[in-house]
Amino acid sequence: MASMETADTPEGLRIESVTGVELNLAIAGLGGRSLAFTSDFLIRTVAALAWYFAAMFMLEHVFDTHPSEAAYGYWVGLPSAAIYFLYHPVIEVLMGGRTPGKRMAGIRIVMRDGTPPGIGPLLIRNVFRLLDSLPMVYVVGIVACFITQHEVRIGDMAAGTLLVYDEGVEKESVEHLVSQGGAAGLSAAQADLISDVLARWDALDPQARLQIARQALHRLEPGATLASTEAINEHDALLRLAALLRPVESVAAP
Amino acid sequence: MTQRLQNDPGLRAWLNQRAALWQQIEARLGKLARGKRHSIEDANAAVQGYRALAHDLSMARRVLPGSRITRYLETNYRRAHILLTRPAHHFFSDLLTLLRDEIPAITRELKGPIYAVSALFVLAIVAGAWLVSTHLELASLFLSEETINQVEAGKLWTDDALNVLPSALMSIQIFTNNIVVACFAAVFGVLFGLGTFYFMTLNGLMVGALFAFTAHHGLGWRLLAFTAAHGPVEMTTICLAGAVGVSLGEALVRPQLATRLASFQAAVFRGAKYIAMCIVLLIVCGFIEGHVSPDSSYPMWSRLVIGWGWWLIAMCLVTGRLWRPHFRQEP
Repeated sequence: MASMETADTPEGLRIESVTGVELNLAIAGLGGRSLAFTSDFLIRTVAALAWYFAAMFMLEHVFDTHPSEAAYGYWVGLPSAAIYFLYHPVIEVLMGGRTPGKRMAGIRIVMRDGTPPGIGPLLIRNVFRLLDSLPMVYVVGIVACFITQHEVRIGDMAAGTLLVYDEGVEKESVEHLVSQGGAAGLSAAQADLISDVLARWDALDPQARLQIARQALHRLEPGATLASTEAINEHDALLRLAALLRPVESVAAP
Repeated sequence: MTQRLQNDPGLRAWLNQRAALWQQIEARLGKLARGKRHSIEDANAAVQGYRALAHDLSMARRVLPGSRITRYLETNYRRAHILLTRPAHHFFSDLLTLLRDEIPAITRELKGPIYAVSALFVLAIVAGAWLVSTHLELASLFLSEETINQVEAGKLWTDDALNVLPSALMSIQIFTNNIVVACFAAVFGVLFGLGTFYFMTLNGLMVGALFAFTAHHGLGWRLLAFTAAHGPVEMTTICLAGAVGVSLGEALVRPQLATRLASFQAAVFRGAKYIAMCIVLLIVCGFIEGHVSPDSSYPMWSRLVIGWGWWLIAMCLVTGRLWRPHFRQEP
């Protein structure tokens, strides 16, 4: 692949492409990493234990009442250990640099030029866990994250990988995008703001989102007064915000 | 300027007009990402979509910076960029190139570290053997209490190995352990090579101490017989992994490329190929150690034939002599 110029910016990494239009990658910090790792740790521990107890139960109660030690090794110990220890390398390779935990944290592994990592880099960064996890609970890796520019552990330095926020604005928002163009009397920036509030509604503090909604309705809703917006409840505020994004002909009267 | 454009009905018309095209491009990118075989038309359409996205993204960044539309376009532009720039994979030809050309080339590049690490390992074995044979009580520095008690009772831990675990399970356990040891030997090279030196020295001292201690209790020959079939390649492979560790340290101490990080990464990628080969060798060693070594029905001569025969094959693989017709010695 053709090599691409990269440059560090306050927001992350900027990559120049052949069209001259730059790609921006927001680098995930220790928080995103920790959340992803903890989620993955729980998933693989639960999966390994689930296999362990299910296989044990099957061996002792379904197939054979007196299983040999070898049978325990083959059907209980070995698969459980494989699930626990091979979770990261196998899942990362299969999912192209993501794991369920990383997906939850909204991050993914990429190469420094923004491309998805191949098998080699993914295995390298996992082998270096031997070093990053020393002396316990990833102390070396955490220290490396603190002192490196892109907040990477030694495995990432070795493999040339980065953890970046996966800012995927997915398919469901295309309808919003279209509606932003035809929203009732709103500028694109205003429609964008409303879309953002709606997208983050569940994550916002109830008091804060109600306050934001009241202010937005007061300023953007045709005919709305301060008194009328102060009186609305959370449910109505959500419906009226959503109505603002509909094209002109379908906007319901408040 | 931006505010004027945002309130411009022309901009809204533009968004409406382009959104349908973006949806088409997104659908096409999804289809291309899922499959491996695509028509020329698909590829051409993807290139055209990539150009269209670049154009629209550039405009969106100017008139709607930081908006969802811009982020949406950036996401799809990044997807298109990745799809169009990803390299082609040719697994079997890549594997053949690795075995035939790259591994022998890496061996030539790592010749110095291989000799140095091997010499250190042998010296450590000799030192460990000398220390324990001279001062028997020093065995406790290198060997576990359980091992010492067993040997003093006239037993080797390998005697009942097959009664404890079946061969296949033992093989898996052994090669997993050996792979971890090899990876440690390589990865510890990050500490400017000192970690690898420490690791190799410690392991050499332990091996030497073990042989000296068992020989003192009349079990040396039995231990030698046990290790004869798998030991040569196992020890050699650990030295090769150690050489990779030293090369990582050297890349940090004396960077050959523009930056220390670039030099380190180049050494890691070169070493990773070598470690991959070491892992294959160790899996075969694990199989031998699980099936042949603990089985007393194999006489000593057959163990030696297996051990040194496998070592010879491994060395031919490492040096490229296994592919003699294609092997070319670089000047």
